[in-house]
Amino acid sequence: MTSVTSTTSVTGRTSGPGTTIRTADRRYGYDDLSDLIALMAGDEKHSPAAHSTLDALWVLYDRVLDVHPAAADAPDRDRFLLSKGHGPMAYYAVLAAKGFFPVELLHSFGAYDSPLGHHPDRLLVPGAEIGSGSLGHGLPLAVGTALGLRAQGLDGPAVWVLIGDAEFDEGSNHEAVAFAGAVGLERLHVLVIDNSSATHGWSGGIAARFAGEGWATATVDGRDHEQLHRAFTAPHPGRPYAVVARTEPKHG
Amino acid sequence: MQSVHEATMREQFGATVTELLERDPRTALVLADIGVAQFAGAARAHPDRVVNVGIREQLLIGVAGGLALTGLRPIAHTFASFLVERPFEQLKLDLVHQGVGAVLVSAAGSYDWPAGGRTHMSPGDVALLDTLPGWHVHVPGHPAEADLLLRHAVAADDTLQYVRLSEHRNAGPQPVAPGEFLTVRRGSHLAGVVLAVGPMLDAVLAATETLDVTVLYAATVRPFDEAGLRAALGERADVVLVEPYLAGTSERAAHRALAHLPHRVLSLGVPLAEHRHYGSIPEHLAAYGLDAAGLHARIAEHLR
Repeated sequence: MTSVTSTTSVTGRTSGPGTTIRTADRRYGYDDLSDLIALMAGDEKHSPAAHSTLDALWVLYDRVLDVHPAAADAPDRDRFLLSKGHGPMAYYAVLAAKGFFPVELLHSFGAYDSPLGHHPDRLLVPGAEIGSGSLGHGLPLAVGTALGLRAQGLDGPAVWVLIGDAEFDEGSNHEAVAFAGAVGLERLHVLVIDNSSATHGWSGGIAARFAGEGWATATVDGRDHEQLHRAFTAPHPGRPYAVVARTEPKHG
Repeated sequence: MQSVHEATMREQFGATVTELLERDPRTALVLADIGVAQFAGAARAHPDRVVNVGIREQLLIGVAGGLALTGLRPIAHTFASFLVERPFEQLKLDLVHQGVGAVLVSAAGSYDWPAGGRTHMSPGDVALLDTLPGWHVHVPGHPAEADLLLRHAVAADDTLQYVRLSEHRNAGPQPVAPGEFLTVRRGSHLAGVVLAVGPMLDAVLAATETLDVTVLYAATVRPFDEAGLRAALGERADVVLVEPYLAGTSERAAHRALAHLPHRVLSLGVPLAEHRHYGSIPEHLAAYGLDAAGLHARIAEHLR
């Protein structure tokens, strides 16, 4: 497993009598993520799901996506849509590590005034492209996002959406997969975190569902950063692209 | 008299939105196989901004939400059953919860295709939208009003707009101003007020010809023009609502408008119970008590 660090500028706030504000320059790497997730400890209900996404999220934000806190609204930024909104701790940890918001905010996870809910809300979380939680909404939104960018001549930005293998049960995903394949929506990318949690499974594998609709696909070890990076950056001319990242079974 | 084909509201929608797509590069149209033929030219001219997703109504709204996230102004269209009821959670989450706007344009809302039966009837659409924040709801009664309200809805920044088109229409248009009730007939200071919504106006005017009532016309029902309703009152706060969708949909709004007064409200519209008959629009309006005779009896009784 690789450990990659990056530079971020974080404004931290220490509250209490005579509140002080300090600015810290520090670099957060992959090895810091478990400490950042620990800051959110409290409700453990969703934690296994959170960790299944951690490696793929880190590789995307660290080495693939062109999106940065200083230009989080740039029209030509890459979009990452977290569709599987339950278990967002890994996502919040990565966003904080990359400087989208101060790591100190992670302490407030789930608190009344916190922007960080147990499902993300795009109007509250800096860097979150969509609000999610109800399953099966991110992929259709990603299709619209890819179409909208194309209609404005923005052919560069990639649109990535993360879904889970159990989330794939929702029929709305299948509307999106068939349509995007039929129209060859090349800038659309789906990252499926497959921790074998779908109740009835996917006979023949999830990738086959995408391939059957004309998508390019790859299935990789969801804990192997080099495999993930190679899959994320592989060309797929004229087709949308699905990367299935397999992790240890949720109920294994 | 020469026989001239008068455009239906749906045909007007085709002409108006085709022009808006031509003029405003921010507009985009999303379809789900319904209404595709009338946008064939627009689709050829603007293939990236006229999208037909097929018979996939969850995707219809999800795509509209995604387009809006990139800064476009999406217009989504299909029958009301499949635009509001089937993808209702998409309206709640892919539009409202994401904080983005869209223009939804429905057809065949309540009783437009009676022979089609219950599967193609959605009299509860406006009531459903009332459970979500932020929706502006327009119910034109004539193709010319549909043209005006569609232009208004598309131009209204990034708001949530619903335009409910119907085969049922009045003979002529009214000079509507979006959001404001229009006084069509003024009764005496002792008169009650009848609020006719969209296509119900002609029947209301016929029904009340011999009654001392003030007739208000609403082509926009949300927001509900509370000040307009209060301004129409004489010395009694007795109101009748006549709506071309589920009876009582605007009753709560009317009570709120009149909360400071002792008042009475009678709500007329499409009944809640399923009506398992086919036939024609006039037959259904008569069965619901929404033709001139049925309206006259119930309005006269209430305002006696």
